Amino acid sequence: MTAESIRVRGLVQGVGFRPTVWRLARACGLRGDVRNDGEGVLIRVCGNIAGDDAGVNGFLTRLREECPPLARIDTIERCPIADPQALADLAHRQDFVILESAATAVHTGIVADAATCAACVAEIRDPADRRHRYPFTNCTHCGPRLSIVAGIPYDRARTSMAAFPMCPDCAAEYKDPADRRFHAQPNACPVCGPKVWLQDAAGCVLDPTALDAEDAIAAASRLLAEGRILAIKGIGGFHLACDATDPDAVAELRRRKRRYAKPLALMARDLDVIRGYCRVTGRDAALLSGPAAPILLLDRVGSRGAERDGERPRPLAPDVAPGQTTLGVMLPYSPIHHLLLADWDRPLVMTSGNLSEEPQCIDNADALGRLGQLADHLLLHDRAILNRVDDSVVRVMAGEARLLRRARGFAPTPLPLPPGFEAAPPLLALGGELKNTFCLVRDGQAILSQHLGDLEDAKTAREYERTLALYLDLFQVVPEALAVDLHPDYRSSLIGRDRAARDGLPLIGVQHHHAHLASTLADNGWPLDAGPVLGILLDGLGYGSDGTLWGGEFLLGDYLDFERVAHLKAVAMPGGIRAILEPWRNLYAHLESAGGWDAWRARFAGLEPIERLDGKPLEILGTLIARGLNAPLSSSTGRLFDAVAAALGVGGEVLTYEGQAAIALESLAAVAMDRVGEGYPFARLTGPAGELVLDPTPLWGALITDISRGCPPEEIAAAFHVGLATALSALALDLTSRCGISTVALSGGVFQNRLLLESVTRSFEVAGLRVLLQRQVPANDGGVSLGQAAAAAARVLRGISGA
Amino acid sequence: MSHGSGGRAMAQLIGELFQRYLDHELLTLGNDQALFMPPPGRMVMSIDGHVISPLFFPGGDIGSLAVHGTINDVAMSGARPLYLAAGFILEEGFPLGDLARIVESMAQAANAAGVPVVTGDTKVVERGKGDGVFITTTGIGVVPEGILISGDRAEPGDVILVSGSMGDHGVAILSKRENLGFETEIRSDSSALHELVAAMIAAVPDIHCLRDPTRGGLATTLNELAHQSGVGMQIREDAIPVRPEVAAACELLGLDPLYVANEGKLIAICPPDKAERLLDAMRAHPLGTESAIIGEVVEDPHRFVQMETDFGGSRIVDWLAGEQLPRIC
Ligand SMILES: [Fe+3]
Ligand SMILES: [Mg+2]
Ligand SMILES: [Zn+2]
Ligand SMILES: [Zn+2]
Repeated sequence: MTAESIRVRGLVQGVGFRPTVWRLARACGLRGDVRNDGEGVLIRVCGNIAGDDAGVNGFLTRLREECPPLARIDTIERCPIADPQALADLAHRQDFVILESAATAVHTGIVADAATCAACVAEIRDPADRRHRYPFTNCTHCGPRLSIVAGIPYDRARTSMAAFPMCPDCAAEYKDPADRRFHAQPNACPVCGPKVWLQDAAGCVLDPTALDAEDAIAAASRLLAEGRILAIKGIGGFHLACDATDPDAVAELRRRKRRYAKPLALMARDLDVIRGYCRVTGRDAALLSGPAAPILLLDRVGSRGAERDGERPRPLAPDVAPGQTTLGVMLPYSPIHHLLLADWDRPLVMTSGNLSEEPQCIDNADALGRLGQLADHLLLHDRAILNRVDDSVVRVMAGEARLLRRARGFAPTPLPLPPGFEAAPPLLALGGELKNTFCLVRDGQAILSQHLGDLEDAKTAREYERTLALYLDLFQVVPEALAVDLHPDYRSSLIGRDRAARDGLPLIGVQHHHAHLASTLADNGWPLDAGPVLGILLDGLGYGSDGTLWGGEFLLGDYLDFERVAHLKAVAMPGGIRAILEPWRNLYAHLESAGGWDAWRARFAGLEPIERLDGKPLEILGTLIARGLNAPLSSSTGRLFDAVAAALGVGGEVLTYEGQAAIALESLAAVAMDRVGEGYPFARLTGPAGELVLDPTPLWGALITDISRGCPPEEIAAAFHVGLATALSALALDLTSRCGISTVALSGGVFQNRLLLESVTRSFEVAGLRVLLQRQVPANDGGVSLGQAAAAAARVLRGISGA
Repeated sequence: MSHGSGGRAMAQLIGELFQRYLDHELLTLGNDQALFMPPPGRMVMSIDGHVISPLFFPGGDIGSLAVHGTINDVAMSGARPLYLAAGFILEEGFPLGDLARIVESMAQAANAAGVPVVTGDTKVVERGKGDGVFITTTGIGVVPEGILISGDRAEPGDVILVSGSMGDHGVAILSKRENLGFETEIRSDSSALHELVAAMIAAVPDIHCLRDPTRGGLATTLNELAHQSGVGMQIREDAIPVRPEVAAACELLGLDPLYVANEGKLIAICPPDKAERLLDAMRAHPLGTESAIIGEVVEDPHRFVQMETDFGGSRIVDWLAGEQLPRIC
């Protein structure tokens, strides 16, 4: 008899991998066993016929082809079994069996929450099925994971399903390797599982029959159709929902939630409903329908050349996404949503269940307290959400799906680190301040937390520490070094400093934009020793190595180190944080920096943007700038966008969400990109350290002149985009050829701007450069922790310690 | 000292000024020390160096500030301040007229407070080696029997009060120094709080903490107290008194009034059942008419000071490493 062991690595635990192995091995007539262990899955087989290699080959081919939907095979290694004891064991096997895991060694990876699979959806729709209309239906291929887990090993006792002992039918499914629910920890049915109910804001439970509905979800659907606002408890949090085509309901929701401008996400029953409002490509359809079921930003029908295409958008409440050319849409991802939307041929608003700025609710009592004031009714259930997991957000840009927010459906799936990082010690990178995630390094993999949010918020800051403790436990990581941002006041940096002091660990400071660069490299599998690239890192701001604020950076570097070879000209932010909220301050500062405000006012007296500014208390702001008083200099690209938006009078007087002015500018420019020629010019200067400086002074002359000539604002917005893209590319091309570099990496929140990203990318590709963009983690600060982790790991591996 | 007779002449002039304005019997004796009988009870002592630009500002000057600041530091223990000592460091060439104004203002402040300056010292430094004038004041006082007020005594459930509007002093100083020319003149709140404290103690002897939120403002001081006591604090933005003109100036300057210095305000922390009585006593005093309850002490291993915002959210009001540096991306 010949026998061999087959080692499978990848995402192979807790995803129905062993039953698939079991089923295929039997189908191929193999004898042997399969088990989980610390490295993944170990299969031992012997053919029925001695030396039947073809049987094993066939089995492995089918295993790859029929890999369960949530599993991912990274590597398969085969090796003959020589150990006599093992051979004797196998010789006794008459069959193929699943062995229990040796609990001690298991690194049971917790996988991401997954959208309800087609088989489960079919069951809840089938009146004859025992799970007909059951809102907690799930199986090995779908359902909650991260959102319900409290610790390891991942089994029912350590999830919020512990409160629901399985009935005999469910237990039988759970034990049967041939069943789709074999070892599905959250397995449940109407007999034994969680229940859903509807109540009003005062806490009174509503009888669905009083609303002529067959159950609570049907009643909720009816209330939505009547224009009510509902709080709906889902998988990783609460949504606030209303009819997206009802202008009054949407306006009321915005008023109550105090979210006045930021676009609201939608959920639609199926792709056909979405197609009534948005253009959906084949790739879009696959993204929407995949197990991650993210919010996908799609172009609205009619947003670009509707007349030409003959497309007619269906009506949507105007307040859903004011001034946007895109909509954020998702498909139902839990049975609750499928049942709720069954009768809806139009989308629902499904926005996070919170007051603006706060993290969304996850427990019933909190929901009653906080959402009771925002919603007319609450659709609740008794399965606890242990971890908040927000909806993920994806946008297709430059030919690929790119994550803008990585949470449900993606976290905590580990990302393999590039070649060279295999020996990296366990690390913890604490991330940024806004859109925070943290990142663990273990066994050559990066494990990013789900999007946690803004750490200035007290609830989020508490959740951060709790989630961190959970991840350290789930993934059994004992960090040997910590990585933090250089900003002295980031809460994540404070926590890192405290932990490092408490545990006596080295603390590695990673500059913000270097982290963006390293994140892009890691995201693209750039090997540790593959040499430097030119990074173009554009964002709002980050703390620079020189103690000033950066945000328009050309860094020549690798994981280990960087040189700041060029940057946007530093311009004051008069009033510090107020300049981030009030774009006009940046317009003033930019004009002051580009020849002086008095000259502009004299030259363009009476012109609208000049008049608007003239009504502001500019004398005091001028003093702040002149005296360097709460007017920090910053090379921020975000503030340049703000200034241009202010010149055009778009994006709001006081911003209510991050990136608001830049997004307004992008929406405006989208329709005119092919109508403008070269775009506005930038100048080049040499900075104090010999670095190149991109100076927007000439841009302002051209832009203000265009406004005075009555040029349409969309063309001005487009000429700004084109001009910036051209200036960035030209500078980058000079730098790459001077330094002999052939690869460019683009990151930072500004590169969530599709127009800019695509035009810059295009010009590099035309020039024959390789372009690295973020894909699996966001280009915004949600991706910073990965970069910190990679940069810190590189330093430790190369023996360069300390901050 | 290498500046010879100029310095000596100046020191002599100062001596005369002090004799004229600060005419307490102990000082006028002309000894290098003040001699007095210690009263019974626990004594407290505090020292504060005063370095400020501009020297004269709406609502006060460095002289009155040097008196108020030290009286307040003594009073925040619950003590009755008894005596002050003052040390001057003058830059050569400092205008004597200005010095006279400062000493006179100091004397007035001390007289009004009933806390005399009983010993003093003056040094003159070369031109360029000082910034006009620096004043260091030391105060001593005596704590009444049975009073135990300390920064480590805040307990979960305790109530947090402030004696009036936040940020007046810092904004007044800044706008005067930078000549910002706000429409409404903002005046420093500089004042001596010991009589307010005495009235508070008379009403509620069981006050747990008192502190004047000077440099770093309310936010920094609450963080200090939270840290010392090992507790969290929960405050409400809409309960914190801020004058409209100060709020407007702060918004324009991009400053958070909670981090701006005060020189005539205090924070009090007391058990919840005594908070109303304490509030009444504070409001009955002329320096506490705008007193308010702003929040509670809570149990919190993180020792967060968190604020429920007007917006409904809950923000961490952090201890800042340095200036108010933007964190938002
Ligand atoms: Fe950033
Ligand atoms: Mg002091
Ligand atoms: Zn399923
Ligand atoms: Zn059951």
